[in-house]
Amino acid sequence: MRYDVAIVGAGVIGCAIARELSRSLATVALIERDVEVGLGTSKANSGIIHGGHRAHDGTLKAATEWRGNQLWGELAKELPFGFERVGDLTVAFDEADLAVLHETLEQGRRRGVTGLELWDAERLRREEPNLSHEAIAALHAPSAGVVNPYEACFALAESAVRNGVDLKLEHAVEGIDRDGDGFVVRTSRGDVAARFVVNAAGLFGDAVARMAGASAPTIRARKGEEYLLDKRLAGYVGRVVFPTPSGESKGILLIPTYDGTLMVGPTAHWTADHGADTTDLDTTAAGAAEVFAGARRLAPGIAEADCIAEFAGLRAVADGEDFVIGATEVAGFLNVIGIQSPGLTAAPAIAQDVVALLAAQGLELEPDDAFVPGLEAPVRAAQLDFEELARVARGDPAFGRIACRCERVTEGEVRAAIARGARTMDGVKFRTRAGMGRCQGGFCAWRVMSLIAEATDTPIPAVTKKGGGSWIARVRTDAAERSDAPDAPDGTREVAHG
Amino acid sequence: MAKPAPLDLRRRYDVVVVGGGPAGLGAAVGARDAGAEHVLVVDREPEAGGILQQCIHHGFGLHHFKEELTGPEYAQRFLAQVTERGVDVLTDAYVLDVDRDRRVALLSQDHALAPVDAGAVVLAMGARERTREAVRIPGSRPAGVMTAGFAQKLVNVAGYLPGKRVAILGSGDIGLIMARRLILEGVEVVGVFELMPHANGLSRNVVQCLHDFDVPLHLSTTVVRVHGRDRVDRITVAPVDEALRPVLSRAWDVACDTLLVSIGLIPDNELARHLGVRLDPVTTGPVVDSTMQTSRDGVFACGNTVHIHDLVDMVSQESYLAGSAAGGFVTGRHTPADNVRLTPGANVRYTVPTTISTDREHTVYLRVQKPMTDCVLRLGDVHAKPLRYVVPAEMVTLKVRPRFLEAFHGGTLTVSVETREPASTKGAAA
Ligand SMILES: Cc1cc2nc3c(=O)[nH]c(=O)nc-3n(C[C@H](O)[C@H](O)[C@H](O)COP(=O)(O)OP(=O)(O)OC[C@H]3O[C@@H](n4cnc5c(N)ncnc54)[C@H](O)[C@@H]3O)c2cc1C
Ligand SMILES: Cc1cc2nc3c(=O)[nH]c(=O)nc-3n(C[C@H](O)[C@H](O)[C@H](O)COP(=O)(O)OP(=O)(O)OC[C@H]3O[C@@H](n4cnc5c(N)ncnc54)[C@H](O)[C@@H]3O)c2cc1C
Repeated sequence: MRYDVAIVGAGVIGCAIARELSRSLATVALIERDVEVGLGTSKANSGIIHGGHRAHDGTLKAATEWRGNQLWGELAKELPFGFERVGDLTVAFDEADLAVLHETLEQGRRRGVTGLELWDAERLRREEPNLSHEAIAALHAPSAGVVNPYEACFALAESAVRNGVDLKLEHAVEGIDRDGDGFVVRTSRGDVAARFVVNAAGLFGDAVARMAGASAPTIRARKGEEYLLDKRLAGYVGRVVFPTPSGESKGILLIPTYDGTLMVGPTAHWTADHGADTTDLDTTAAGAAEVFAGARRLAPGIAEADCIAEFAGLRAVADGEDFVIGATEVAGFLNVIGIQSPGLTAAPAIAQDVVALLAAQGLELEPDDAFVPGLEAPVRAAQLDFEELARVARGDPAFGRIACRCERVTEGEVRAAIARGARTMDGVKFRTRAGMGRCQGGFCAWRVMSLIAEATDTPIPAVTKKGGGSWIARVRTDAAERSDAPDAPDGTREVAHG
Repeated sequence: MAKPAPLDLRRRYDVVVVGGGPAGLGAAVGARDAGAEHVLVVDREPEAGGILQQCIHHGFGLHHFKEELTGPEYAQRFLAQVTERGVDVLTDAYVLDVDRDRRVALLSQDHALAPVDAGAVVLAMGARERTREAVRIPGSRPAGVMTAGFAQKLVNVAGYLPGKRVAILGSGDIGLIMARRLILEGVEVVGVFELMPHANGLSRNVVQCLHDFDVPLHLSTTVVRVHGRDRVDRITVAPVDEALRPVLSRAWDVACDTLLVSIGLIPDNELARHLGVRLDPVTTGPVVDSTMQTSRDGVFACGNTVHIHDLVDMVSQESYLAGSAAGGFVTGRHTPADNVRLTPGANVRYTVPTTISTDREHTVYLRVQKPMTDCVLRLGDVHAKPLRYVVPAEMVTLKVRPRFLEAFHGGTLTVSVETREPASTKGAAA
């Protein structure tokens, strides 16, 4: 069959576009190289839905940020993912900063951002007593929020699939050939024919454009390191806190994540090899030093000793720093690339714009009357009280068995996550929080691995952390040679044929 | 294995023990022996025995049973004692919460029904391992960085191997034991890297698990970077200076596909925290008195949930005491309240318990901050015990007998470990 639209890349941008298109009868293939959606930059970021006032006038960022912000509120009503408008503060330490805050305030107001307000030092101290007493003022944007970005990707993709989109995972796009008025997308798992191709390949956006013979700016990777702090500091600040920006970077922030953990970061540095095709997701001692110094400037009580986890993400930066969204000289091939920050915020607005661009190029968009906007929320045992949980467990005993004790995740939740698409340890972790707690999976990893193996009929050595070569366990030296290898004690029998 | 019939769970127990590791089982035995009639042990795993079930090596029970057992054998001895005494053991069940009225909310597929009321509660949830995140190793985050205990479970319980070429960070006992275990499984162990200038595990483990197998132990060395995208492909290690800062100019790379982290355990105390029991910032376990009672009446604690033990025998000793005190609490047996506070002095990180009583004998457990040789353990100026050596890895025990305190009226005693002054005879009368 020939699809109306093939989307290359299932990050938050590809997923949002697919979901938006699934409102119509257009046929859509969402093509992703990884084993699950959203495991690239879209899971490794600050998770902030920006207030809408910050992007510079005249950019595509500014044209999509505030609209995206508003659309997240609507999406959160339809789909199950963590989202809360906690608000943000931009803190000024001197008169020069204060002047910038005034400009940002005006810029936001012009754009229609609601609720912006300047706070004096006294108000700031009252609202956020843990912030530095050297702050002289702050700009408050109640519109800003925090989201669990991976949950948002999973929900967008799942909703798209429910509404007819074909999700093609582990399909790496290797070539794109013209075919009549459309394209044949060559993937590692066969060809996909489509009339239109949308390039949402993130860091590989320029490479994918080249495959189609379309021009694209070079994409470079700017790394951001983030550090999560112990639960002990939950509630230390109530809002996302920014320093007054200087230049492109937003600086080091304090981020009260949706789950209540305080996160500090991100840095912003080109990766060592400068290229987008980088494997450099390293956190570094220098990065940590920069982040904690920056965080302490905002809130002096923050210390590196409280760090419990860290990660890095890569911004896909196009020359000129702006988003690149639109038609190319190859008719029917659209670029949606260079989506760096605030790309997460802008995603739902970008999706609407891309659908409009496709319509302008001749895609028919007949509404799908059977479109279902909602998705049922997964059970979260940790959020239920005893009676509620007991009721669920009576219905399905798997909800009566705890798999992850730190985050109190039941086996039923792990099974449900797998049924909804989790294939890897990270996929289960980011859907259920199993393994995200203090023991970082030490207790539950074996149980989760066994559940994935069992539910997906995969041998244990083929269960991975995040796809590809990220195997976790291998068969015993002797078992590999014997055909009568003993069953694992829990009854899984993969030993022999691993 | 045939599934046993579901337990006929009571609504009320005299003593409910949270956790069925050696601490929980020891406490249950203690509670029955002290006269508690109905005792329940709840464990999250399909089988009680705790961490011992994955410790298939020898070395358990030398003190308690005067013979060398494997972990599962040691657990079996206690399970037999528990069964003999008619204790109810509910496995595959998780204690969600203990409230201030000692109602225990438990979740199990057969009994997710009503909370159980407890006359007394014993907390014995054990410990979790410190992870890579606890020491913050920069670099990438591939598969193949795991705690030694997880690797132990993979090998001993699940029957898989963690990798082909393994490096070990930290010389804790679990890592040492895993070095030997993996070599016996045909895995290459490229070395153990220890930040401190001394090993962190028991000396016997250093000898039997490393020296005997020619595994290099690099002291004053740490891992400064993890490399690899999907799976670990190498690590960078570097020596550290006196301030424990890595000297990067002398760093080198070690090829491996696995990094086991064996850098210690921390008490698992979510339940205790929720219950509002006072926690000790040093041990991170509950503060306990000489009967192992926490700051809440009728709530006792023992085992690794209170402080980390290196020998399970000590866990059994301590938990029997906790259990019998819990039994005494419900049967109304009177125990005189503690009247002496212990404060950690020179080279002492903490003591368990933190208070004692002058009317009976106590065992006080403590850990030192740094190694010392030819030293003396002092209990205020009422008692001094010479020690050949002390190391942080080995818990020190001190028997406090009523006669030491005959003439003591103070209220507070400082516990310290000091180098022995050559010609001094002061207090060394024990
Ligand atoms: C540290 C950091 C912090 C950030 N914080 C924020 C924030 O707080 N708020 C905000 O709004 N934005 C933030 N961002 C930006 C935001 O994360 C990105 O804008 C957004 O995730 C981009 O999504 P994407 O779908 O374009 O890219 P990606 O998530 O990278 O998705 C691209 C997908 O394409 C796939 N792909 C690539 N090549 C191929 C191929 N050949 N074949 C098939 N599939 C392919 C990839 O596997 C990947 O899944 C942050 C970014 C970083 C790095
Ligand atoms: C890997 C390893 C190797 C060791 N090797 C040796 C050795 O060679 N020799 C030696 O003498 N000692 C050894 N030890 C030390 C000794 O085994 C421990 O000190 C001892 O197991 C601690 O007993 P515990 O009962 O406090 O904890 P654990 O054995 O950890 O038991 C705690 C139990 O509580 C359960 N639990 C926790 N929370 C809940 C809840 N909310 N609801 C229900 N159940 C719960 C857990 O699942 C677990 O079964 C080793 C320890 C480890 C971790």
